[in-house]
Amino acid sequence: MNTHFWSVVKRDIKIGWQGGSTSSMVVAFFIIVVTLFPLGVGPEQSVLARIAVGVIWVAALLACLLSLDRIFQADYEDGTLDQYALSRLPLELIVIGKSLAHWLTTSLPLILITPVLAVLLNMNDAALLPLIYAMLIGTPALSLIGTIGASLTVSLKRGGVLLSLLILPLYVPVLIFGVMAVDAGISGIGSNASLLFLAAVTLFSFAITPWVSAAALRLALD
Amino acid sequence: MEKIDTFSVLNLSIKRGDRSVLRGLGFNLISGLLLKLIGPNGSGKSTLLKTLAGLIDIEEGDVLSDGISVMGNREWIARNICYLSHKNALKSEFTVLENIKFWADLWGCQNKILYSLNQMGIDYLRDTPVRYLSSGQARRVALARSLCHPAALWLYDEPTVGIDDQGLDYLSIAMEKHLAGGGMIICATHDNLRIKDEMVKNFDVTKFSVSLSSSGDDWS
Repeated sequence: MNTHFWSVVKRDIKIGWQGGSTSSMVVAFFIIVVTLFPLGVGPEQSVLARIAVGVIWVAALLACLLSLDRIFQADYEDGTLDQYALSRLPLELIVIGKSLAHWLTTSLPLILITPVLAVLLNMNDAALLPLIYAMLIGTPALSLIGTIGASLTVSLKRGGVLLSLLILPLYVPVLIFGVMAVDAGISGIGSNASLLFLAAVTLFSFAITPWVSAAALRLALD
Repeated sequence: MEKIDTFSVLNLSIKRGDRSVLRGLGFNLISGLLLKLIGPNGSGKSTLLKTLAGLIDIEEGDVLSDGISVMGNREWIARNICYLSHKNALKSEFTVLENIKFWADLWGCQNKILYSLNQMGIDYLRDTPVRYLSSGQARRVALARSLCHPAALWLYDEPTVGIDDQGLDYLSIAMEKHLAGGGMIICATHDNLRIKDEMVKNFDVTKFSVSLSSSGDDWS
């Protein structure tokens, strides 16, 4: 059971980095969105420093959103999902595996590139570490909640826009606590409280995603 | 392979969405036989296969294996049913061998991979990425993969689509072998499978299908 779970994860990671490589495109999208802000609001260093954290978080949400439909779409279209549903591996476990692979192929690269973008936006040095922590704790929730949306829209031909409408409002708590954690870190209050809230959001979505998503997939396979 | 002696479907009714597709369908299949589903396009052959594979919920009726109800029993289905839909479930990013190996690992039958590639006559494609294959070759790969499955009951939805004469011969030989070994096959096809007549039982789905006009839908 365990090895099968990991082989599903590995397969999705390989697909993410092979053939057109959605993952590298998502990272490129993230970088471009972030670099658009200095062009839009002007090179004023203090302004950039003030909006840096929010910009990075919003760009990360959008980048994550961009890649959600690939979690199940291809598998649904080519019949792989049918075969998964028939296999002895529970669909719930497959959902977790695919969600994990999504996080590893999109959110993790975003986190790794964040320090560079922080410099680009003249972000306060004290903000970097809390931001990385907040992203490490908060982005799994983005993948998990996104997985629910992806499974609900999998049978729709052009589900992308609907998916965004469904999922973006649910991303709001992650954004709020993600930014608050960094602000609290800079002001010296300590970011623990916000990080705990972020962790709560992630754990909650981890608890419900497998069941909700697997149920939605079963409906879609009908 | 776990042997199944009889597989029966009793008074099966299936709905998709609000629409009845099949009503009162039943048959009895014994080991060593192929049940050939016949009927025009849209008569419900694929729906029946999908239902037997557990992907569609049954509205009414029962499915029995050796007299025991296995309806919706996922564990039994995973062990005893090999389902091949009209979709191939192959990833174009991977080679033929990588594709088959993934499923063979999941099904616990790695030792049959090379043999089944050989059975479908596609050894030479083993390291070719699936995106370079023609549709017929891809179908053969999907068939070869299903041959790895340890299940006794095969559900094939239009297995012959796109494959050539030689491929059909290979498939027929593999099917006959499975039947001779005590397996069962339920297959929807419009082609003539080259299998001994005494191994084939025809089953006309039309008698049980609820036609669009009589279902009371006005599509408004």
